Amino acid sequence: MSEPKIENLVEITKMSFQHENGKVVFQEVDIVIPKGKIVAIMGPSGTGKTTLLRLIGGQLTPTAGQVMVDGQNIHTLSRKALYQLRTRMGMLFQAGGLFTHLSVFENVAFPLREHTKLSESLIHTLVLMKLQMVGLRGASNLMPSELSGGMARRVALARAIALDPAFIMYDEPFTGQDPISMGVLVKLIRTLNDALGLTSVIVSHDVQEALSISDYVYVISNKKVIGQGTPDAIMQNKTSMELQQFIQGLPDGPVPFDYPANSLEQDFLEGTVNAR
Amino acid sequence: MLDKLTLLGRWGINNLRQLGKAGILLYRALFYPPNFRKGFPLVMQQIYSEGVLSLVIIVVSSLFIGMVLALQGYHTLAKFGSAQQLGVLVALSVTRELGPVVTAILFAGRAGSAVTAEIGLMKATEQLSSMEMMAVDPIHRVISPRFWGGVISMPLLTLIFNATAIYGAYLVGVKWLGLDTGIFWSNMQASVSFQSDVLNGIIKSVVFGIAVVWIAVAQGFESVPTSAGISNATTRSVVYSSLAVLGLDFVLTAMMIGSW
Amino acid sequence: MLPQRLIESLVGLFLLFAVIALTVLAFKVSGLTSLFPVKTYTVTASFDDIGGLKVRSPVKISGVQIGEVSNIALDPVTFRAIVTMQIETKFNTIPDDSSAGIFTAGLLGDNYIAITPMYNTTYLTNGSKIQVTRSAMILEKLIGQLVYKIGNGGSSNSNKDGDKNAK
Repeated sequence: MSEPKIENLVEITKMSFQHENGKVVFQEVDIVIPKGKIVAIMGPSGTGKTTLLRLIGGQLTPTAGQVMVDGQNIHTLSRKALYQLRTRMGMLFQAGGLFTHLSVFENVAFPLREHTKLSESLIHTLVLMKLQMVGLRGASNLMPSELSGGMARRVALARAIALDPAFIMYDEPFTGQDPISMGVLVKLIRTLNDALGLTSVIVSHDVQEALSISDYVYVISNKKVIGQGTPDAIMQNKTSMELQQFIQGLPDGPVPFDYPANSLEQDFLEGTVNAR
Repeated sequence: MLDKLTLLGRWGINNLRQLGKAGILLYRALFYPPNFRKGFPLVMQQIYSEGVLSLVIIVVSSLFIGMVLALQGYHTLAKFGSAQQLGVLVALSVTRELGPVVTAILFAGRAGSAVTAEIGLMKATEQLSSMEMMAVDPIHRVISPRFWGGVISMPLLTLIFNATAIYGAYLVGVKWLGLDTGIFWSNMQASVSFQSDVLNGIIKSVVFGIAVVWIAVAQGFESVPTSAGISNATTRSVVYSSLAVLGLDFVLTAMMIGSW
Repeated sequence: MLPQRLIESLVGLFLLFAVIALTVLAFKVSGLTSLFPVKTYTVTASFDDIGGLKVRSPVKISGVQIGEVSNIALDPVTFRAIVTMQIETKFNTIPDDSSAGIFTAGLLGDNYIAITPMYNTTYLTNGSKIQVTRSAMILEKLIGQLVYKIGNGGSSNSNKDGDKNAK
């Protein structure tokens, strides 16, 4: 091998991002995703975790800093090179994102048909293989509207691995799942990562599940990374109040319980004061 | 006072930005080289869902419009002893104005709203994002075929509208009201010119088709990805398309009337 | 979702309907006799007064249309109206001493040019000029003439009566 081995699949250095309406989402964030590992990115809702996935995927451009994916600065790539890179990435959206007008089989076959010139029989085999991996080979003729939420997500997962990507991103995979589906997904994520040699990034706010399968964790809150480390290190980190509140699910702390409001006197007594 | 001005300015700039986004969308849908082998069945599919499925409403409406025109026209023309000009009245009204305009408005209501809703729904359920992350350009796969489907369907629907409306007038004028069939057709043929009446009507319908489907596609693509957002986008698409059609009709008529 | 082949057939059927509609509109509604523009040759004539003649007004011989007016211009020297006509090439045996007059279709209809053929053996060709022309009848002038005539006739009658009465 003549090239130096790239240790980290994704390197985010000093990245800042601001929405068009002025809302600052990230401020000088550093994140490193090593190859072959499962990395969880957690934080309270609304901190822009999905935005982070979009930044890594090249759908959004950071206002400062850079995002390197597989040694390439993803935002300086031409359209063609970007699409080339994307064929090696898989993404599982929160809502599944299955194409409603295609059957399960057609959905999984879609990336194969678009990017390869394989024969129909070969595609048939590959699709069924991918569906077998997620345990849904028997459902290949169903339409997305006939699937339960958990099944839809599994089909979306099969579709995301259809081109054998090197890298998969999961956007809130555990949200709203019943315990069984949750268990299935957890098993799938771990086995696929190990069996296929993937690198996985899980964005979630489900502390328990995410910590149970990840190798490394980043916790983001209020535009910055407030904690990072192995799951054990995070659990035992007592120095950051924000981190502790999130990890233990405390209702009140650095993230306040009460939405900012007027003082008690103003809201409750104001009425009687005016009535006089 | 000053803050009202600022609001007005901001509203104006926002609308300008929307127009710009829609323009960029159109450019990307038209000019990035499409893949004919893969794109053709998609366009065919869209011609089916926008054109063929609109046939029922177009044919039924045009039949009734032709019949009503004949009925009303006959009674008014008969007062001036000009009942023989009924064919001329209907043919000229339909081919010059009613054909393109009514077809465009019906199309906006039926196919335009469907396209907006479809695209908005695909955006809301993250299907467009999934496509993008799978390195498939959603503009080529989803937007472009719908655009071409609309532009191709509109003139075809207008032709069918024109013919059916005139046939409806024939039914009422000749079969029911008793006009002479030879006079009906020969007067019509003497007064309707293919180049300046029928063809101009077709040109209008192409322009309207572009406007309606562009607005439908842009509204769907830029919609807020919630259910309320989709329904708003659908309503806006129908309203804006209809207004655009009527406005463009005036502009085109003014341009075309000189050569008559 | 209907199978692809059915969709393609339906779209084909749709296209067929539209083509049929176009044919009907072309031939039955607008009376198109040929898809190609008819070949014509240009003939000019100058008139003192063209009345309400317009571009595209018909040019007829014995009531049958043989062409139309393509241009109307004013001669800056003689101040006569120069009318350019396009006549279909199949009518190429019009004698070149024929006269052209502007008539009205019906009593109050549109103006058209009627060519009255004469006897020469040389015919009108591209670029010929018709020498003998008759201007349009202007209604106001006609009425003026009529009033004048009635006025004169009446006054000569009343002179005689006046003489009789004077006696």
